[in-house]
Amino acid sequence: MYISRRGLLKGLGLAGLSVTIIPTIDKISGFNSKALADTSNSERKKLVRQWVRIIDLKKCDGCEGLGMEPQCMAADRSVYHRPEGQEWIDVKKVHGEGGSSYWMPIPCQHCENAPCVKVCPVGATFHSETGTVLVDNRKCIGCRFCLAACPYDRRFFYWEAQVSDPKNTFTEYSPEFPLPARKGTANKCVLCESFTKDGKLPACVSGCPRGAMYLGDLETDVATNGLEVVGVKKMLAEHNAYRYKEELGTKPRVYYLPGHGQEQGRNPRD
Amino acid sequence: MTNNKRSNELVNKTLAPLVKPGLGYNLVLAVLAVIVLVGIFSYTGQLRQGLSVTGMQNQVFWGLYITTFVYFIGISLAGTLVSAVLRLSGQHWQAPITRIAEVITGSALIGALLMIVIDMGRPERLLNVFIYGRIQSPLLWDVIAVNTYLFGSLLYLYIPMIPDLALCRDRLEKSVSSTRHKIYSMLALGWQNTPEQKERLENVIKIMSVVIIPAGIAVHSVTAWIFGMTLRSGWDSTILAPYFVVSAFFSGVAMVIVAMAIYRKAFGLEQYFTVEHFKKLGWLLVAMGLVYGYFNFAELLTEGYKLKGHEQEFLSMFFTGQFAPHFWLFFLSNVLIPLFLLSWSKTRNITGITVAGLLVVIGVWFKRYIFVIPTLSFPNTPTYYGFTPYSPTLQEISITMIGMAGFVLLIALFFRFFPAIPVWEIADDLDKDSTISHINSLRVR
Repeated sequence: MYISRRGLLKGLGLAGLSVTIIPTIDKISGFNSKALADTSNSERKKLVRQWVRIIDLKKCDGCEGLGMEPQCMAADRSVYHRPEGQEWIDVKKVHGEGGSSYWMPIPCQHCENAPCVKVCPVGATFHSETGTVLVDNRKCIGCRFCLAACPYDRRFFYWEAQVSDPKNTFTEYSPEFPLPARKGTANKCVLCESFTKDGKLPACVSGCPRGAMYLGDLETDVATNGLEVVGVKKMLAEHNAYRYKEELGTKPRVYYLPGHGQEQGRNPRD
Repeated sequence: MTNNKRSNELVNKTLAPLVKPGLGYNLVLAVLAVIVLVGIFSYTGQLRQGLSVTGMQNQVFWGLYITTFVYFIGISLAGTLVSAVLRLSGQHWQAPITRIAEVITGSALIGALLMIVIDMGRPERLLNVFIYGRIQSPLLWDVIAVNTYLFGSLLYLYIPMIPDLALCRDRLEKSVSSTRHKIYSMLALGWQNTPEQKERLENVIKIMSVVIIPAGIAVHSVTAWIFGMTLRSGWDSTILAPYFVVSAFFSGVAMVIVAMAIYRKAFGLEQYFTVEHFKKLGWLLVAMGLVYGYFNFAELLTEGYKLKGHEQEFLSMFFTGQFAPHFWLFFLSNVLIPLFLLSWSKTRNITGITVAGLLVVIGVWFKRYIFVIPTLSFPNTPTYYGFTPYSPTLQEISITMIGMAGFVLLIALFFRFFPAIPVWEIADDLDKDSTISHINSLRVR
């Protein structure tokens, strides 16, 4: 095939232009994609922490016995300014065999094989270096594919501009503390990544008056609900721990210890 | 009538609307343009306020927009089917409808892309898909497949049109504005109807008709996988990709029938779109309808037999529950009545076939609706906040009409400037026995 000099120059020019134009767009769009790429590939590296949550259903009575609404939901609402009905953690009354019932807090499961991370077309959803699934609202295009992919219904969307909480006026946005909220993007539980970085417990764990929720680290095999320290593996083995919808292969990082809130004096048939 | 006369009549008939369209035609264009403009106005509201102006919420987060997107993707198979599959199988009767089919394909794909952008929470970040695109995401497969198919279809529309553009250049010099004439000459690429050019054209068309088929199949498969790759009842199924391909053929054929019927009347092309064309497309529709019905049956039977997970509650939503009216109406108007109309010899005429096509074209949209909405209305987790069932808002409907009316408008506008049927191919047929080449006879002024 014969390529004219003119054609060759044109081609080279176009190639050069595309090399310069993509980083420019990158700059214009307001953040550095390389810095993000580092965190998004972190699954391959050894994780510094591997956060899991352990929820002891024997201790959870949906805060009924206290005459309050579920306090983990309230904590989530106050920290992240969630509108009512869209708390990142949801406490549901599940009805079981023989007329029994129990309360089941369902937070984001921070799945190891997370369907929401897989389907994101732009990599706005990623695993942090602690295994937590985060959303970068600066990158998200708002297609809501992640809402479709999540089998736990724990993904949300900012349908309109949110009223921002005055106390977050000077908050600088980061995926670990995703405020102020950005209209038209997806959002989800961040396992209080900004708190755990400072060595504090997530809002839902410290907010639980019953001590039913534990934050654990699989790397060091330690878990705590803020009242006692336990070994993760020992606790899971001794209490017949199970994971929600394990058959889907999502490898969730939330473990449930079965029960009906009996430690709070709750009757399974309540 | 001599061939020459017939060719001349053909040329006059097809080129007349390009010069002076009728009043009704302009009226249709105006009405469509108004609908689109109202939609765009509503869309600016959505841009300002966010997607909260729609009826969508965290439970049913995809609505009319995605339904219409899937619908358009289905319609877009029309072009491939008519101009590639039939051409490769050695048919020749479809020659007059190839252009309409390709224009439907192009417009439907543009409509589909439009609906996707409208559905995005952050349309201004569209470029992120190309900058940060992750090939692991089925959505990116769709972006690649749809754009490839759109580009291929537009090319496949353009290349066989070159001789006709040359005809416009030669015949319409005096009757159209000089700019338009210049555009015709530019697009005609110096076509002089030499045997060498003709041979090249035939070769390119042959290559394109092979290349476009996998692109078409790919578009429908990956659109199915957007849904099929999730873990939801009704979507989590391996049959989804072939099922989408079949239903795309089904709705594509129906769309061609409807478009043919409209153009036949609007431009007085009765001579070129005969009852034979309708009958042949009708049989195709029957075949596709049967395969489509079979796929539906196979899917429902395997799911209904095992009743895995929440399948029982899910299926009863269709048979007796909330979506039963939609479901049975779809079954009646989309499968039973069309099949009846097409099989009974008394209704197997142009009117009957057109009605069947129309029922399918409308019915398939509702089928898409009950594909998207019920699955989302079914919560994944056992109990949920009481959520209000999805019902689209007026503003949302108006925005959806950008796609719907825009689709028709694009087709209508296209034929305002370009001939509706491939003149040279028809003339070729007329002159088959004649030793004079058809285009040469057309070019004699």
